[in-house]
Amino acid sequence: MKKFKFISYFTFAIAGIVTTALVSCEREFSEDITLATFPTIPEVFTDNPVNLTDEFFISFDPADGANVYGFDTDNDAYKGTQAIKIDVPAPNDPNGSFIGGIFLDRGEGRNLSEYTALTFWAKGSTTATVGLFGFGTDFIEDKYTVSLEDTSLSTAWKKYIIPIPDPSKLVQEKGMFIFSAGTQSTGNLGYSIWLDEIRFEKLNTFAQARTSIMSGLDVNRRVYNGEIIIDETQQTVNLGDGTELVTNIAPAYLDFHSSDPTVVQIDAQGKIIVVAAGTATITASFNGVEAAGSLIVESNGEFISAPTPTQDAADVISIFSDTYENVNIDFYNGYWKPYQTTTSADFDVKGDNVLVYENFNFVGQQFSDPTVDASAMTHLHMDVFIPDTLPSNAKLILTIKDFGANGADGGGDDKTQKVTILSSQLKGDAWASIDIPLSLSQRSKVGQFIFENGGSAVTNLYMDNVYFYKQ
Amino acid sequence: MILSVFFTSCEPDETQVVTNFTTITMQDEFDVAGAPNSGIWGFDIGRDTDGWGNKELQYYTDRSDNVVVEDGMLKITAVSESYQGAAYTSARLKTQGKFEQKYGRFEARIKLPWGQGIWPAFWMLGSNFDTVSWPQCGEIDIMEFKGQEPTIITGSLHGPGYSAATPVTKSYELINDRFDTGFHVFGIEWGEDYINYYVDDVLYNQITPEDADGEWVFDQPFFIILNLAVGGNYVGAPTTNTVFPQEMLVDYVRVYSAE
Repeated sequence: MKKFKFISYFTFAIAGIVTTALVSCEREFSEDITLATFPTIPEVFTDNPVNLTDEFFISFDPADGANVYGFDTDNDAYKGTQAIKIDVPAPNDPNGSFIGGIFLDRGEGRNLSEYTALTFWAKGSTTATVGLFGFGTDFIEDKYTVSLEDTSLSTAWKKYIIPIPDPSKLVQEKGMFIFSAGTQSTGNLGYSIWLDEIRFEKLNTFAQARTSIMSGLDVNRRVYNGEIIIDETQQTVNLGDGTELVTNIAPAYLDFHSSDPTVVQIDAQGKIIVVAAGTATITASFNGVEAAGSLIVESNGEFISAPTPTQDAADVISIFSDTYENVNIDFYNGYWKPYQTTTSADFDVKGDNVLVYENFNFVGQQFSDPTVDASAMTHLHMDVFIPDTLPSNAKLILTIKDFGANGADGGGDDKTQKVTILSSQLKGDAWASIDIPLSLSQRSKVGQFIFENGGSAVTNLYMDNVYFYKQ
Repeated sequence: MILSVFFTSCEPDETQVVTNFTTITMQDEFDVAGAPNSGIWGFDIGRDTDGWGNKELQYYTDRSDNVVVEDGMLKITAVSESYQGAAYTSARLKTQGKFEQKYGRFEARIKLPWGQGIWPAFWMLGSNFDTVSWPQCGEIDIMEFKGQEPTIITGSLHGPGYSAATPVTKSYELINDRFDTGFHVFGIEWGEDYINYYVDDVLYNQITPEDADGEWVFDQPFFIILNLAVGGNYVGAPTTNTVFPQEMLVDYVRVYSAE
């Protein structure tokens, strides 16, 4: 049995392997002929990887928990002599809690435009639901990705079909296959998946594609100038057996339209760019047919960044800023149940990251691993932006919590400093810089901030440049 | 005709009688836009008894919303709308009293609709339908289709003793294709003591009196029906996944007799 090497994410840089692209051409080409298209080989894996190198499998990043030890071949094949066998690890596996990765064409890529679907045969050692199968992911561009979520495997071989939304786009595709599997469906018990006869095919048994964006709903979103990425794009097809199959398809398969180009423009690459304040509805079409759903953009125009901090980095312990290196953060929103309504919609405007709290009543930020020794610090700084008109009763209550000797939240040794920020210190539709003198006597193990609106009408706010400093 | 070529796929029979049906006796190419040619087509309207005896859910109309000739085709459209107490509307055309024929080749080129609970058909009833009871009149289903099985059509024969749930029937499945993405020709060749069923150029079944568990009632004129039903015993009800409106497109209907 042949063992295949995996190359995990950090070494996948292509090392000059350019032998594959011409393999399918049986004739010699004269010097002055340029290849019109890339190879059209349909097979990905039959008994061996087809027209792929031995290093065709690239695992997801082990740092993210991907287990790189469960990928092998096996002679329990659907057809021929070998299949791929994947051992899905249990969550407590020290080598990683899930398995997945891509099969990469390390050559120039393939022209798949004459095929209509990726097909493969699969079975499990037990009935299980596999998180993701698909193609189009190459860890480089990931441009024309298609993924099928939550595929049920049985213990008998069964054929699976993943339609190509628009084959004419796949003229040079390198992402031949992708999978990702954990044990969510098996009660955390590890199991095996066999995959065989992975190939692209010209199937005419599925049809009636219906495309949607934003889950088919009309969704409102408040934005600022800059690029918007709509990735909630799906397609439903009717399979030959009459069942409906829903796949996630890359936005690059769709054409986007803007109802008001003075507010939202679609550039030549299909990027959606918000250029001015106002309202515009973004819709999409697939091969000329309108997709369900829309995104109604309410643009505030140019985003005004918070003032850039000027403190010397040596005098700062940063919780959230792009200017200083932040300490290790547990979370910027603890989603504390059951009373918290606050949701996060953090955004990044041209590299400026901003915390955005919506439906705000209270929210916690935590940095307990390790806690922060703010003994030498004199102040806490934060920039707060309250969109729209400032409510007359605007108020923000901040609790700074030191976790005490045990370094843990609770345990009877915690100390807090509570600060009320009044409307006179806040601004509507503008940044307010707030500097709070630290009065907390015990502040060598600060681990948490809690922000509350104190019953005021402050329900949306942005936050930036949250840091301790020494004056 | 090159029928002998295809008999290999369905029990070759040395005594097979082959008649060539080459004289066209009725032809509608649906080239004149507007309502269907009233010289050929009439309509069944409403819901009849118990949804045309099948618990069908549609109300049949002759409105252009449900039946129209345009783009060189007859379009029968099933619409999801509340109408006369029904949840759907559609249409059912028939040549009863306008064109009836005993024996011959009957064929239509059709692109079928799709989806759970969609039930289009191209079929025939004996012209004595109004004077003798069904199934004594006989019923020749040239093509029936379940929208939830987009690759399969069925051809059936109903008569006294072999009707409703027990007709003489056979299905035909397309290989790597489906019936709602392109036009296909559905036809029968019907002579004395046999009815041959075909799709495109594939003969997939022959029914003779020996197959019928009762009296053979197919030696009299029949009339043609084209309809698009929604729901009913045969297909079950539509679901929220069923897309409406649904169109059954008929490119032509042609009938031939022997020379």
